[in-house]
Amino acid sequence: MKKIFKKSDGFYDTFFRKPGDDKQSTTYCSGCGHGIVHKLVAEALVDLDMLDKTTFISPVGCSVFAYYYFKCGNIEAAHGRAPAVATGIKRALPESYVVSYQGDGDLAAIGTAEIIHAANRGENITVIFVNNAVYGMTGGQMAPTTLIDQKTTTTPRGRSRENEGMPIKVAELIATLPAPVYVERTSLHDISHIMKTRLAIRKALRFQKEGKGFTLIEVLSQCPTNWKVKPDQAGEWIKKHMLPYYDLGVFRDTSREAEQRTGGPMNRKASDHLKPGKLMEKIGIKSESESLHSSFSEKMTIDHELKIRIAGFGGQGVLYLGQILCQLALKNEYRATWFPAYGPAMRGGTANCSVVLSNREIASPIFSMSDILVAMNQPSFDKFSPFVSPDGYLFCNSSIISVEPDYEAELRDRRIKLVSIEATSLAEEAGFSFSSNIVILGKILKTLPYFHKEDVFSLIKRKFRNKEKLIQFNVKAFTLGFEA
Amino acid sequence: MARYFLKGNEAVVVGALVAGCESFYGYPITPASEIAHAASEYFPTLGRTFLQAESELASINMVYGAASTGQRTMTASSSPGISLMCEGISYMAGCELPCLVVDIMRAGPGLGNIGAEQSDYNQLTKGGGHGDYLTIVLAPNSVQEMIDFAILGFDLADKYRNPVVIAADGVIGQMMESVSFPEDYTPLYQDKPWALTGDKNSERRLHTSIYIENDELEAHNMRLQEKFSRMKAAEQRAEEYMTEDAELLLVGYGSVSRQLKAVVNNVRQRGVKAGLFRPVTISPFPAVRLEKCIRGKKRIVVAEMSSGQLHYDVKALVGNDIPISLIGKLGGNLIEEESILREVL
Repeated sequence: MKKIFKKSDGFYDTFFRKPGDDKQSTTYCSGCGHGIVHKLVAEALVDLDMLDKTTFISPVGCSVFAYYYFKCGNIEAAHGRAPAVATGIKRALPESYVVSYQGDGDLAAIGTAEIIHAANRGENITVIFVNNAVYGMTGGQMAPTTLIDQKTTTTPRGRSRENEGMPIKVAELIATLPAPVYVERTSLHDISHIMKTRLAIRKALRFQKEGKGFTLIEVLSQCPTNWKVKPDQAGEWIKKHMLPYYDLGVFRDTSREAEQRTGGPMNRKASDHLKPGKLMEKIGIKSESESLHSSFSEKMTIDHELKIRIAGFGGQGVLYLGQILCQLALKNEYRATWFPAYGPAMRGGTANCSVVLSNREIASPIFSMSDILVAMNQPSFDKFSPFVSPDGYLFCNSSIISVEPDYEAELRDRRIKLVSIEATSLAEEAGFSFSSNIVILGKILKTLPYFHKEDVFSLIKRKFRNKEKLIQFNVKAFTLGFEA
Repeated sequence: MARYFLKGNEAVVVGALVAGCESFYGYPITPASEIAHAASEYFPTLGRTFLQAESELASINMVYGAASTGQRTMTASSSPGISLMCEGISYMAGCELPCLVVDIMRAGPGLGNIGAEQSDYNQLTKGGGHGDYLTIVLAPNSVQEMIDFAILGFDLADKYRNPVVIAADGVIGQMMESVSFPEDYTPLYQDKPWALTGDKNSERRLHTSIYIENDELEAHNMRLQEKFSRMKAAEQRAEEYMTEDAELLLVGYGSVSRQLKAVVNNVRQRGVKAGLFRPVTISPFPAVRLEKCIRGKKRIVVAEMSSGQLHYDVKALVGNDIPISLIGKLGGNLIEEESILREVL
């Protein structure tokens, strides 16, 4: 005799993961819709030849143990997070299939962000959304899809619009997004609708197989236990309470227009193993040790930790001046650290960075007293000039900083050498008002010849590669500062 | 050897790429955002996955999904974001899934500010998420270590099938320094018979942290505890600087240890016998090394950008035999060398 109703081959032969002696029946209550939906999904996966390549995501809720049943790769997700987990799996294994199975509490409450964004990205996954208008596993509490006046263990007086708001229509909500390919709501309340659900699930899975994109099937499903009705009355309950509010049908179908996703950004193959040097070349990070001009005879040597603070307005190139000093140091086989004052201060207003250059390992990148202060505006001068060490240098952009004679005397008393330079106006003379930092760099290297100017030029060329004008302006700015 | 001049936040990404990390899922937050910037640039260039998620919750769960396939995968954030990720980290520890999480610690509690702090210490080393789990937490104090620990972190994650955290403070994330890379590197522990592979091999593979029977969960937890014991025994790391003859022992990690080193150099010139003990792994806490190190010391000073979270662990080990004091700086302010000098001299 031919069996016409049997357990799907999409299920494990025995439910070996299930605790206890009964490894054949499911954990679901009698009359529960999950068993039906499980069977429809399992059969579809087999019939569409997708099962072996499928990863099934079990949610939190009554179907938390869906992995007892589905004969494929299984993973359990935290409450609400299944679409994010699905994203991670699908991006890693774009040739495989991912089914995210979620209930109403999971998907429509705690996981609202994850489902909307996975749908909106058009992840090529299938979401089976089982809506039974109640939290089953947790003990019959209100779900986002609980109907108005429906009594649950947390709405003992019935859900009220005033207190809890209206039930969420997930299918309609997801269908408003531009990316999803197929969104349908079906119901399990009678045989003909179960057959419609069967078709909808098959359609959604087929679209995933064809690489079309995100699909979601919302299934109105029975929970006789928490509805407190007899299993054979649960279909009637759906008809009476759910159907008037939750319209059945297709809310979105762009499967015809959906382009094949193959070759898109989601279908990246695992990259080759690259040696670090090759990898750096490929991502375009250049090494600092390509050319040296250390033959410069009059060069000063750094034989201690040279602490340099550079401060000014955001946009004056404060941070870059610090970086280029470090790069010069590295070219000359010194050690260097650079640390910026970061955060809101950088978004307009003041900027400063701390640079340490040394001929040995640098202990701390942070200091309070500096050997050199480069003050590019008045507030920086006022704030940091008290923190220059004796015998230190204070480079000051005299275009926009005025130093009172009294204070000049005080600096002399502190054995601080004040070096003034009209950086802003010389930058304008060079043809590029943003190059006052480079003007000052010229002045620094003239005053303190630690590095060769050819090294500066090669760094400028590298920084502004392919921007001939900017290279010219900055070289000129440096020269004006150097000769001022 | 080629030297590169990189920011900490960029270096950790390049280190991860060298380690063979295939995907990055993240959400921007200061002062960790440059990690996402660099990842968004470099991962796709190499044909790997970068995705800006809708939240830190989604980020860590995408990492959870990616890790379940055996891929090396990572995320990065800063303190408030790490708080959100603790849920996922607990799940990953429960499922025994490896990943790398980078935390560029900022000042808290709550939104706090974007200045550097180390006040995620307890959250990272004592759990953070729910349940009995432990992660290895590496605390770099240089840009070079952002690279080295990204590589080491992935190896340790795969070795133990457990999340590994890099806990760097804002200073290490934001600073630039010259670095180098290993000439060659091959990822260790790449045999992953547990991975979901999207084919027939996965038919009986499962990742879950739910064990509905108490006894089963207890057995699972005992297995995890046994693993955590192995981690504790094998992975304690610390750096000692001039501790041998030291009478004064300074203890600190991350960027603070750099300032402490400067202080050691400074006071040694003045004839003070000082040394530095730096926990490199703040979890597992390097108790064995510290216990040995404190022998014969006359005084201990702990410096941290938090309110005594590290001090608590040091004190628990030292007891009352050696006087121990705390310099705890809060609010995103850095500890200045001078203030340490005032305390120790």
